[in-house]
Amino acid sequence: MDVTVKLFAMLNRYAPDRRKSGEPFQVTLPEGSTIADLVVQLGIPDREVKVAFVDGRARASLYQLAPGAEVGIFPPVGGG
Amino acid sequence: MWILRLNMTDHSYKLEDILERYKHLGGRGLTSTLIYDEVDPQCHPLGPANKLVFAPGMITGTSAPTSARVSVGAKSPLTGGIKESNAGSGWAPALARMGIRALVVEGQPEGEGFWMAHIAMVDGKPQVAFMPADEYTGRDLYEVYPEIYARFGNKVHVAAIGTAGEFGYPNSGVAFNDMKRNPTRYSGRGGLGSVMGSKRLKAIVIDPTDGPGVHIADEGLFKQGQAKMREALMEHAITKPKGGLNSYGTAILINILNEAGGLPTRSFSAGRFEGAADVAGEAIFETNKERTGKEVYNHACSPGCIIQCSNTLYDKDGKEAVSCIEYESDWAFGPNCGISDLDAIGQLVTLCNAYGLDTIEAGVTIGVAMDSGMIPFGDAEGAISLMHEIGKGTARGRLLGMGAANVAKAFGNPRSPTVKGQAMPAYDPRAVKGIGVTYATTTMGADHTAGYTIAPEILSVGGASDPLKAEKGKADLSRAFQKTTALIDSSGHCLFIAFAILDIPSGFEGMVEEVNGMFGTNMTGDELVELGAEILRRERAFNEKAGLTKAHDRLPEFMHIEPLPPHNVVVGLPDEVYDAVYGEL
Ligand code: SF4
Repeated sequence: MDVTVKLFAMLNRYAPDRRKSGEPFQVTLPEGSTIADLVVQLGIPDREVKVAFVDGRARASLYQLAPGAEVGIFPPVGGG
Repeated sequence: MWILRLNMTDHSYKLEDILERYKHLGGRGLTSTLIYDEVDPQCHPLGPANKLVFAPGMITGTSAPTSARVSVGAKSPLTGGIKESNAGSGWAPALARMGIRALVVEGQPEGEGFWMAHIAMVDGKPQVAFMPADEYTGRDLYEVYPEIYARFGNKVHVAAIGTAGEFGYPNSGVAFNDMKRNPTRYSGRGGLGSVMGSKRLKAIVIDPTDGPGVHIADEGLFKQGQAKMREALMEHAITKPKGGLNSYGTAILINILNEAGGLPTRSFSAGRFEGAADVAGEAIFETNKERTGKEVYNHACSPGCIIQCSNTLYDKDGKEAVSCIEYESDWAFGPNCGISDLDAIGQLVTLCNAYGLDTIEAGVTIGVAMDSGMIPFGDAEGAISLMHEIGKGTARGRLLGMGAANVAKAFGNPRSPTVKGQAMPAYDPRAVKGIGVTYATTTMGADHTAGYTIAPEILSVGGASDPLKAEKGKADLSRAFQKTTALIDSSGHCLFIAFAILDIPSGFEGMVEEVNGMFGTNMTGDELVELGAEILRRERAFNEKAGLTKAHDRLPEFMHIEPLPPHNVVVGLPDEVYDAVYGEL
């Protein structure tokens, strides 16, 4: 299945072809994959991931992705 | 230790020993207590009975990291309630090192002219000279500051108002100097600039040379606390050098709020902006890299900050164009106005600094003007020219200087994103329910800093709470944050230490030890948080006497009936939740 992925801030260095931070790209995963599986496939060390959003909702790393899901992955961020 | 009073009625001053009951207060705790004790809640905010109070934090002026903060307080002309607005500037430790725990500006002169106060040490005591300041009025603060520095020397620190404060706008801030002596650090919220203007005080110039410094009762304990705080800040991914804030600034939040569907877009009509990535902190970082040929990390707004979150946007020639584009400012003029051009946003922020305006109030006001049909969304040129009208005081500019709530009224627009007359910041309360509870209930009018539930709701810092869940627990969450915030705003630390100390318990311990070391006290963490609660109760009592009751602790009606995409949600919390925040304090 295909999902759309956006990587933000420092995580952008794990995105293919030096795209802009948050610019979406497609990833093909086996059916039933979780956020954690996606993170492994992208080669992102687990400890660098703080929050992952799936279709606008923050989800735990064992959340199962559906085909066509939009996933945004963030390192620790703060401000205000 | 003194309280210094400037009487603007006759241009005299008085240096008083600080009373016992104020001795262990600082920052917001001290400004709010002095206002509670001395200002008639029914007074007109711009009349002679209001007072403008400046207080450095409890530990400001020491070597504790990230502690150069000042609170400014008064009865607010924007909300009609009590106000504390916090800024980081070398001005704050300078005042503290002169032994001045609070500076109280009182009274009101007759006549039209403006004045400035110059405070310097003479024979071991602060001495005040009042002088005419008309040469600085009606002008751009970026021109005025260098002239003041040329006149008084580079070691002084300067607080001043712009034309917005001179005109008496409800949207007007007090500017403080940054590290490059520019007027970019603001106590922006709540119209405090016009309170200063009503007293015909243009600037307060302080020269800390020969100040006695701050007295620390228990150096050992203080050092121990300071070391723990430093470690926490150096360790946490958000606050450490080259961490989130140092690399991308506070505008790093644009993308995550957009992802969460809570980034208010086009005057709170959607929770996502198609141009978000173009104006985010990451885009500022990348733009700077492209324009300067190197990675530019952020700088400190004030001496001794480890976090160093203040960014600079460089122009196409690689020269500094504007500092600092905070998340709130970026959002207010960017997504909120449908503008995705970083340079235009930078220019709008610069105009706020030049004219002495709060960026949040100004951006939300322009958004409301766009929503009301004055100019179209996305019209950056139009927004820039409206900002000039505000700063120059044209008829239309004066209307806009009244702030978002008043402009919505002038156009008969019920979509007024305000609480108690103050514009909402950059989180839509329909998609992030806890921050809505803070907006509604804080003594300050819509204010995110007063109880930053965004940390657990969006950032997964200090626990986790579902932002979309309309639950009673949001009252407890907001209350807990409001209490701790009142404490941090009093300590003199920048609120951004919260990211580290929420996750690293030894950091919080460090703050408790710093305060105990400073005063020679033996308070527990819980007792200090209770002090925060006590400050809130005083502020609340002031507001009640001023006529702001729990009926005012509500979000605007349109947010209860107009669903916010992409989640298509309304606020959905019953009144009891809002009432429980202070009902159970
Ligand atoms: S964290 Fe940022 S706003 Fe706070 S004191 Fe440091 S530079 Fe200033």
